[in-house]
Amino acid sequence: MIRDLNVNDFLYILSAARWTLLLSILAIAGGGVVGAAILAGRLSRLKFVRVIAFGYIQFLQATPLLMQLFLVFFGGTMIGIRFDPWTAALIAFSLHASAFLGDIWYGSVEAVPRSQWEGAYSVALSRPKTFRLVIAPQALRIAVAPTVGFLVQLIKGTSLASIIGFVELVRAGQFINNSTLKPLFVYGFVACIFFAICWPLSKWSQGLEARLARGYGR
Amino acid sequence: MDGSFDFNSVFAASDQLLLGAGLTLQLTVEAVVLGMIVAVVGAWAKTSGPNWAKSVVNVYVEVIRNTPFLLQLYFFFFGLPALGFRLTPNQAALLTMVINLGAYATEIVRAGIEAIPHGQTEAGKALGFRPLQIFRLIILPPALRIIYQPLAGQFTMVLLGSSVVSAISANELTSVANSIQAANFKTFETYLVVSFMYLLMVLAFRALFNAIYTRSFGSDGQVQRVPGL
Repeated sequence: MIRDLNVNDFLYILSAARWTLLLSILAIAGGGVVGAAILAGRLSRLKFVRVIAFGYIQFLQATPLLMQLFLVFFGGTMIGIRFDPWTAALIAFSLHASAFLGDIWYGSVEAVPRSQWEGAYSVALSRPKTFRLVIAPQALRIAVAPTVGFLVQLIKGTSLASIIGFVELVRAGQFINNSTLKPLFVYGFVACIFFAICWPLSKWSQGLEARLARGYGR
Repeated sequence: MDGSFDFNSVFAASDQLLLGAGLTLQLTVEAVVLGMIVAVVGAWAKTSGPNWAKSVVNVYVEVIRNTPFLLQLYFFFFGLPALGFRLTPNQAALLTMVINLGAYATEIVRAGIEAIPHGQTEAGKALGFRPLQIFRLIILPPALRIIYQPLAGQFTMVLLGSSVVSAISANELTSVANSIQAANFKTFETYLVVSFMYLLMVLAFRALFNAIYTRSFGSDGQVQRVPGL
């Protein structure tokens, strides 16, 4: 039955934004924890650990996000667990985020001059201490902008969860469009919400990047 | 499902899978070629176009880069028919990919052009070059070198992102996988094989881009890594 669009439809879509946001926040948190482990792996002195971490990053960066989502969603049944869309999406997006964050953070650590490691070594700091006290504070500064940039990618990426039946902004839009057949209004409205979330983050990331390029304290 | 892997029924469909991979590559190449035309026009407008064109391109770039690809796909596929433009799934897929890449690549090309010092343009003028000659002979060669790696990364994202167009049943590898798993019930195995096919295509893409880079610009600068790209 086709009916007219009304205010409640827009409110329904707007309220679905919380699922997009919640999934994004949980995924970036989960991805951050696993990503830190991946970073540690990339920095390890054991070659096979470095290779595993590198392979993990490569696999997740060179396969489509949608495939990763399907593999987790349908992979559960292979080990006898039936994931609901929420769990599957959370796991898939966390793994996806961990590879990208691990890579971004590794790049940031690499961007800290080698001499900083050597300087710390010459004053007899252990490797973990060097990382915590000397390298991490400098790398953090470099990492913030691309990390926020990736967060925008992740928020947009969570829309793919609609394909496995997770109700977020795009899925909510589909429901409303199916009963009202006003795709331009409905998807246009969903686009506005995404834009309102992502655009400030993008601008913030670009601002941080510009500030870093100029250097601090000048 | 008993938890044991069975890839035989997936490999039995290898003809279809290879065909799907071919379609994915074709779609990607088409989107890259057309998207780059959009990008060059957009970058020109942003760097030396009239003010209204700058504003239009700015809005285009910001809107596309801050909304999901899937949503753009639905907007064009379901929205344009409401305005009287009927699109097949494949046309809608290509259109969305072109518009999406166009926005990202506009920014990359613009950054490349702006990285060339203005003195070079002035030198070209002083030597009596025409504007188009200045762009083609003076600005473009060094700019291409700067934008090459980010563009190559963006093209890889187009290849990976193309799997999303299966959501409107456009004809490519993921759609082929969807129908294969619906027939053989080996859902996980099918998507695993297809994931590795994407992986191989991405690795081939990278090798190709690196080879072209070395041939065109020499081997230096290839190790330049941008975090997250």
